[in-house]
Amino acid sequence: MCTYATEHVEITGSGKGANGWFRVSEASVYFDHPANAPLEHSLNIDFLQPELGASARVAVELDAASAGRLARAILSTLARVPDGLSGS
Amino acid sequence: MSDQLIAETVEIKGFAGDDIEAYFARPTGPEKYGSVVVIHHMPGYDEATKEITRKFAYHGYQAICPNLYSREAPGASSDDAAAAVRARGGVPDERLVGDVRGAADYLLAQSASNSKVGVIGYCSGGRQTFLSACSLDIDAAVVCYGAFIVKEPPPELPSSAKSIIHLAPNASCPILGLFGADDKYPGVDEVAQLDAELTKHSKEHEFHIYEGAGHAFFAVDRPSYRPEAAKDGWEKIWAFFGAHLAG
Repeated sequence: MCTYATEHVEITGSGKGANGWFRVSEASVYFDHPANAPLEHSLNIDFLQPELGASARVAVELDAASAGRLARAILSTLARVPDGLSGS
Repeated sequence: MSDQLIAETVEIKGFAGDDIEAYFARPTGPEKYGSVVVIHHMPGYDEATKEITRKFAYHGYQAICPNLYSREAPGASSDDAAAAVRARGGVPDERLVGDVRGAADYLLAQSASNSKVGVIGYCSGGRQTFLSACSLDIDAAVVCYGAFIVKEPPPELPSSAKSIIHLAPNASCPILGLFGADDKYPGVDEVAQLDAELTKHSKEHEFHIYEGAGHAFFAVDRPSYRPEAAKDGWEKIWAFFGAHLAG
């Protein structure tokens, strides 16, 4: 689609990139041409730490159906978390 | 024509005198050559775009591809740089024009230059090529499936790109447009509007819309590649640049 339509999400956690683990503070979610996946369009997620530069990125490119399954799996997993654990 | 060429990374002056990275490929023969600025697509200053830049050198042109993402992500890989630029909303039009001007000046300053320079761009670079043709004094421009020249991006697809069709009266050179009939951005209606606008202002142009092809049909490393359209498109490009830049 060649647009900059992007959802930005503040996140807290870590990701493992080319140089090992680093803290991530932001995620970008967008649907556009992938850099690597053999798809015309893909749902792309970048886990980022902008303070460490552009290379501090963990990237995934998924077809739309895969992305939907992943999103549902995340939500169903979170729904099963016992009370009192999700804030830890 | 010799097929010998040299390709290397150089530093050029871009918008506001900034030093930016660029990929420069040129034939090594003794002749004078026309020049081409290659504007990379939104995925960035990548291997595929450098391959295109070398292709122009193979065909007898000095070619340069400025890294439009140099500032945001110096030293980063092309995909990381593209992600960083995306997160910041893209490349401002004014900066793009300055970077293309710097790239063209770099080519024209080469001793092998024949003083003619064209611009070609793909995807977002197609829109930026039209912008360059309407902002700079150049000799030829090739727009490959550039969207958002005519229409604003739809509300559900917010983009930093704004319509620039109002610049059509300023076009400084002939324009070759290559588009896919199945593309949505730009759709064939948008291509027809651009065609009509250039005709209205008596601007020399030649548009081709390929059946069975969508966006990015030139991209040999993507599923969107359409060999028949791409092969014919390249022949159109050689004829067009041959008429306006060679000699």
